[in-house]
Amino acid sequence: MTTESLALARTPHPWGVLRLRQYFSARHLGVGWQVASLALVLAVLVPLQSLLGHAMRGSGELWPHLLSYVLPQALQDSALLLLGVGVLVIALGSSLAWLVSAYDFVGRRELSWALLLPLAIPSYIIAFAYLDLWHPVGILQSSLRTLLGFDSPRDFKLPDIRSMWGCILLLGLVLYPYVYLPVRAVFSMQAGNLIEAARTLQAGPQRIFFGLALPLARPAIAVGTSLALMEALNDLGASEFLGVRTLTVSIYSTWLNRSNLPGAAQIALLMLCIVLALISIERWARRHQRYTLATRRMQPLARRRLTGWRGVLALTYCSLPITLGFVMPAGYLVGETYKRLRFSGLESSLLSELLNTLQLATATTLLAALLAFLLSFAQRMARTPLNRQILRCASLGYAIPGTVLAIGLLGPLAQFDAWINRLFELSGHAPIGLLLSGSSVALIYAYLVRFLAIANGSLEAGFSQLPTSLDDAARTLGSSPTRLAWRIHLPLCRPALLSAMLLVFVDSMKELPATLLLRPMNFETLATHLYGEAARGTYESGAIAALLIVLAGLLPIIALSRLAERRDSHGSSP
Amino acid sequence: MTRTTLFRRLTLSSLGLLLLGAVQASEVNLYTTREAGLIKPLLDAYTSKTGIKVNTVFMKDGLPERVAAEGKQSPADLLMAVDVNALVELSEKNVTQAIKSPALEAAIPANLRDAGGHWFALSVRARTLYTAKNITLSSFTYEDLADPKYKGKICIRAGQHAYNTALIAHIIAKDGEAKAEQWLRGLKANLARKPGGGDRDVARDIMAGICDIGLGNSYYVGLMRSGAGGPEQQKWGDAINVVLPSFAKGGTHVNVSGAAVAKYAPNKDNAVKLLEFLVSDEAQALYAKANFEYPVKKGAALDPIIAKLGTLNIDSLQLGDIAKYRKAASLLVDKVGFDN
Repeated sequence: MTTESLALARTPHPWGVLRLRQYFSARHLGVGWQVASLALVLAVLVPLQSLLGHAMRGSGELWPHLLSYVLPQALQDSALLLLGVGVLVIALGSSLAWLVSAYDFVGRRELSWALLLPLAIPSYIIAFAYLDLWHPVGILQSSLRTLLGFDSPRDFKLPDIRSMWGCILLLGLVLYPYVYLPVRAVFSMQAGNLIEAARTLQAGPQRIFFGLALPLARPAIAVGTSLALMEALNDLGASEFLGVRTLTVSIYSTWLNRSNLPGAAQIALLMLCIVLALISIERWARRHQRYTLATRRMQPLARRRLTGWRGVLALTYCSLPITLGFVMPAGYLVGETYKRLRFSGLESSLLSELLNTLQLATATTLLAALLAFLLSFAQRMARTPLNRQILRCASLGYAIPGTVLAIGLLGPLAQFDAWINRLFELSGHAPIGLLLSGSSVALIYAYLVRFLAIANGSLEAGFSQLPTSLDDAARTLGSSPTRLAWRIHLPLCRPALLSAMLLVFVDSMKELPATLLLRPMNFETLATHLYGEAARGTYESGAIAALLIVLAGLLPIIALSRLAERRDSHGSSP
Repeated sequence: MTRTTLFRRLTLSSLGLLLLGAVQASEVNLYTTREAGLIKPLLDAYTSKTGIKVNTVFMKDGLPERVAAEGKQSPADLLMAVDVNALVELSEKNVTQAIKSPALEAAIPANLRDAGGHWFALSVRARTLYTAKNITLSSFTYEDLADPKYKGKICIRAGQHAYNTALIAHIIAKDGEAKAEQWLRGLKANLARKPGGGDRDVARDIMAGICDIGLGNSYYVGLMRSGAGGPEQQKWGDAINVVLPSFAKGGTHVNVSGAAVAKYAPNKDNAVKLLEFLVSDEAQALYAKANFEYPVKKGAALDPIIAKLGTLNIDSLQLGDIAKYRKAASLLVDKVGFDN
């Protein structure tokens, strides 16, 4: 807590006027920054507002039906899915981060970045790949049958992957990096001092992990898990494919099958409230805890060497999620691509689609990083309730399924275009047609609303690790907020910024539902190409596009890990 | 040259370009939920014949919402969809306009187009029965699916999928909601696995011995057996027999792909021209060839694989009258807990 917010809490004012002024206080921030962050959050809220409009238009006549036949199942499936995925990503993400941070073993350096690879696999691809691999007539079970001497799948088959457990497992495998990435950062940098101290005091490894490392990493675990869970909750590709009927599936079926868009918007907003409640509960539960360390020197953790069977065990454990979450589906895609290339050759449009995808993802990434930095900076400089709300609200878009968000954007974008055209007409010019709707601007807008939460999470965590004494020193020396942001915060937040950019880039590359609805004519990305192939029923020809998504997603992962390694080796050198 | 004149010139020339774009009449804009690659041969043929360029955007859900939001400024001329429910949805959302065209009316049977000219079917697919190789059925009714003798033997995709809600809507239209519910409960009791996957998964699951019979669209049979989907799928296609079922009183349930002219189509003439081209003999033959569908036009050639399935006797009910019950069908799926 900063001195300012302490002061705020201590000064009750009879008329509330001062309180209001404090609410909007931009004293330490500068009006420019404050206005910019306010404008930004309003822009992010536009689609939500329009969804609210859709929801209000509904009569609610469908609710008795939804309550008796749809929502119980949807809530149950969503709760089970979130519980399962939550347990899996926390267990995998934090244990893996701990192993590669606290210990050294053969292959550790490579594994520590390879553990990010499953990020590059979209959920709809892993679901499809495993359905094919795991099917009774697929390669895994066929080989197993041959091995065990069964002739027909009628005599022997494994449980169907089209189930809740299948969905939990597959989503967990591609989502655990959301936890692994921030937790690893905490273990390797921030927690170094304390863990060293605990080791000096002869605390056992179990006690250090459960008693010290995990509690220390709790904010990072919370941020990562909430991102992973929102992604799981919003997922349509894998859940629909595997027959899990989550709230998101019921939103879509209410809109499309029960022909009730207002009802769908109502469920979407209900889901948003549930997400907000969960996040608030978690924050409330650790309201008395502070995680910024007061030490001046952050000391990276010295790794203990694991040799013999312990080393082998660590190597095996870390390789498992990579194998299941990346090597298997990517290998499957390579196999299908190979078959396909022999069959029909490469499509010439793929190159332009790759370029479109990369351009959109790059623009979104840069903007998201900039905007998230602005928001986190504003919140740090003026810790007013307003700025806290701004940061919270700017992350809401992630809790809304892609197509629903896109529906929310359609109206406002078209309205804006209508105004522009009206303006042209009034000034005696011919109308210029659609400017924003059906343009790449619409796409980038949608991506930003959706993925700003990811960047916000990383940066908020990054900022929270910088001692506030830095700011005080800089301000005492007469530095302006802009200069402070540029010269002090930006360089110090670089690791957080980079991991934010990685996540946003990879997510933008994979984005499908909003892209499908909002893109311009004659414009394809890799994901829409893939979807087109799937819609045509030639999933296998989509393998090439899928492989390109995975490959392009690999580039930033490798780049980031190299940067981190360099930082690592700088940091650990005496 | 001063700054202002340069700016003015730039503005004028870019405006000129925009205007040029607007008056260039030789194009037509297509919004489609039918995957564009499937109809590309048709569109290419249209362009080479008429010189009119076809711009496309393929989307899945939300096409009516997008066109409605764009309103009068919408560039959309022709709206294409793969399901009768979606076509009716377009006209109910008031984003289509009535078209009067003797060519279209002559080519398309009256039960496969909107009486008011708001939408037209362009190709037909039958909801067929896939069976295991060791089962030979000379005839089969949709009602039979609820027969307890098939307990634990049936595979089907999600009940909420448009292909199934259309079938259920058809049963409601024929027999009323109470009987339809009874039927759906019977079918649910016969399922071998949870409803899900696609139609081709039904064939694959039959091959794997998960079930004996299941429902699937006719063109998937062509896609699988021809090898167009790769050698794996060819095996699935060869692992099944295909029967054209019918209603106990009536013909086979079909769904359609079709199109509607957008309410504010800036290139309306080109849109109608494209529609008329799509029901020409040439284009109808391409439909059959490219995607193994039944042509909507009587007498147009079938793909040999599809011809082998037997003679298609389409149920005579107006498609629009079936689609009226689409919402009721979807609610019934919920009520029965079909997808649970």
